[in-house]
Amino acid sequence: MESRAHSFSANAHDALNDAQLQKALGFVKSGFIERRRQAADQLPEFEALRDQARDIKNHTLDNLDFYLERYEAQLQAAGGQLHWAATAEEARAAILKICQDAGARLVTKGKSMISEEIGLNGFLEQAGIDVAETDLGEYIIQLRKEPPSHIIAPAVHVTKEQVRADFLSHHKDLPPDRQLDDPPQLVAEARQILRQRFQDADVGITGANFLIAETGTSVIVTNEGNGDLTQCLPKVHIVIASLEKIVPNLEDTATILRVLARSATGQECSTYTTYSTGPKRAEDPDGPEAYHVVLLDNGRSGMLGSAFRDVLRCIRCGACMNHCPVYHAIGGHAYGWVYPGPIGSVLTPSLIGVQEAGSLPNASTFCGRCEAVCPMRIPLPKMMRHWREQEFARHLTPTAQRWGLKAWAFLARRPALYRVCTGLAMRSLAALGRGRGRFRRLPLAAGWTDHRDLAAPQGASFQSQWRRGLRAKVRS
Amino acid sequence: MSDARARILAKVKASLRAESRGPEAVAALEARLSDPQRGLVPARAQLDAAGRLALFERMARAQSASFDHLQDLADVPAAVSRYLKAENLPAKLRLAPDPDLEALPWHDESLLTVESGRATGDDLVSLTGCFGAVAETGTLVLTSGPTGPTSLNFLPDTHIVVLQADQVVGPYEDLVARLRAAYGAHVMPRTVNFITGPSRTADIEQTIQLGAHGPRRLHILLVGAKAAPARD
Repeated sequence: MESRAHSFSANAHDALNDAQLQKALGFVKSGFIERRRQAADQLPEFEALRDQARDIKNHTLDNLDFYLERYEAQLQAAGGQLHWAATAEEARAAILKICQDAGARLVTKGKSMISEEIGLNGFLEQAGIDVAETDLGEYIIQLRKEPPSHIIAPAVHVTKEQVRADFLSHHKDLPPDRQLDDPPQLVAEARQILRQRFQDADVGITGANFLIAETGTSVIVTNEGNGDLTQCLPKVHIVIASLEKIVPNLEDTATILRVLARSATGQECSTYTTYSTGPKRAEDPDGPEAYHVVLLDNGRSGMLGSAFRDVLRCIRCGACMNHCPVYHAIGGHAYGWVYPGPIGSVLTPSLIGVQEAGSLPNASTFCGRCEAVCPMRIPLPKMMRHWREQEFARHLTPTAQRWGLKAWAFLARRPALYRVCTGLAMRSLAALGRGRGRFRRLPLAAGWTDHRDLAAPQGASFQSQWRRGLRAKVRS
Repeated sequence: MSDARARILAKVKASLRAESRGPEAVAALEARLSDPQRGLVPARAQLDAAGRLALFERMARAQSASFDHLQDLADVPAAVSRYLKAENLPAKLRLAPDPDLEALPWHDESLLTVESGRATGDDLVSLTGCFGAVAETGTLVLTSGPTGPTSLNFLPDTHIVVLQADQVVGPYEDLVARLRAAYGAHVMPRTVNFITGPSRTADIEQTIQLGAHGPRRLHILLVGAKAAPARD
């Protein structure tokens, strides 16, 4: 997928002024947070399970080469084929070749963020293969020619009125005066349209939530059942997954499953958790005749040896963005690439470079909610700070900001001078703002005053008040 | 592609400094796989047989599954007729090609048309057995094989599942143990489906709708619950 992360600031500005988007984002704030809290409260062991889930992933990443090789051996023993892909380009080529060898004209797809990462749909379509997204949210954004704006709710930025308009303009064989005002009617129509595509498809492509080394199994966790129809009806099933999806065994999978759905949608568990191991057996009445797994690196093997290894624990639940005040304000598209929200702010610079995505780690108030809810306890704020340091060290920070930071650093290292300067600034601002008690405009502070007034200081600086208060306490 | 394999593994090993991993460490990794240990199992899932059945039903009902309790497997055909009539569904059934299910007294239900095999796109109602069930979350577990086509679990509008009381375990880990006992260590059938309630989506304005792509209804015929002895 092509990145628009470099224009984050402009993207965010547009998002804040998009009335439809702002209406749709209201559903994120009201729904996800409360449901997750209830699900966590209903399981007394939830916090302890988060610790265990983190430890399992740490153990796996520490020994990733061992588990990758075991996974490969078990997958092959079950009759599956593994395709290693160092880059997005290699992954796309591997998938195209499998599709072409199968004579595929129509491919159905379950939801996969890795597919977005490698820009698969456009690539297959250019090669003359029809691609049908089957997850309802993915189907909606495919009609709209948009990328997903959330990792588990890809169409969360779309209102039902917009879905209605999209269905009316695309489903031309249906009567134009049909009732489509409510979600049940929209869901039923999508079900009807996609049913035929499931049965006509030559190849089904899904992602994976886990790859289990013990048995060579891939796992998908879904609610709609589209992933299952995608992988059970066509003659070829392709799984596209990145290499940090590995877990050692079935018990480890059970532990992580207990925190995944609760963190994501606030469900006790998702409707469908599906374990796939190899192609159909000779005596099976249905299922795919061939089973391929395309295993993508795309920079992750390098991240293993970097300060960002912990981010590879991510299980893509979306809790960090569901709880992020910045995501709530601007939605997912403003982040400009595949992964939005706090996880995107850390992952995107790692995968496509801080030069392109340096603005993202700055899109944080450091409120810490993302780390507080992350089931894998990824220290996201710490990592965003790390990227900010890298950005500064590589001279990617804007000039005005660099000079500002330098001036501040100069003063901060000289406490006496700092006190004189801030005291002077406070007194002059207080004098200037005496009339109204606030400023409508202030030079160098347009970023603040364009949107709200700046309160004029009401007396001495904090430091001088503190000193006086302290002295008063010592005296009494 | 084998070139990509070598490059990726070399990079992973370099990042991890894996070459310094000694034989004891490798033996510990092998042991972790050959003798899998359980993590923390929630207290809620550790129950006697009656408790498991009660929890399973409560959790599955909370996810919109419906239930019927039967004394005996032979009661299944009558229960199916009753359910289809009550739900105003056509009296036509696609049965899993399972000899135990095919041998049931279907001929007693003269109005019911029964065919066995994998699902076609036209089947509205399917009936299958299952491998087991997990009380912890109200989850049915179905495995693919000659007697269990996976398409029956997803294509029809209504999925009816026959579950025997002694197939219900408490936590996921007990189910995993039964899978290993049935299929062998480190071996899985092509598909294992964990199913909790009917299909759903919240992709339009975060409002939950049942029947997205899979079944709109999941009906569980629980057989022998009252007579279930404490096992395991």
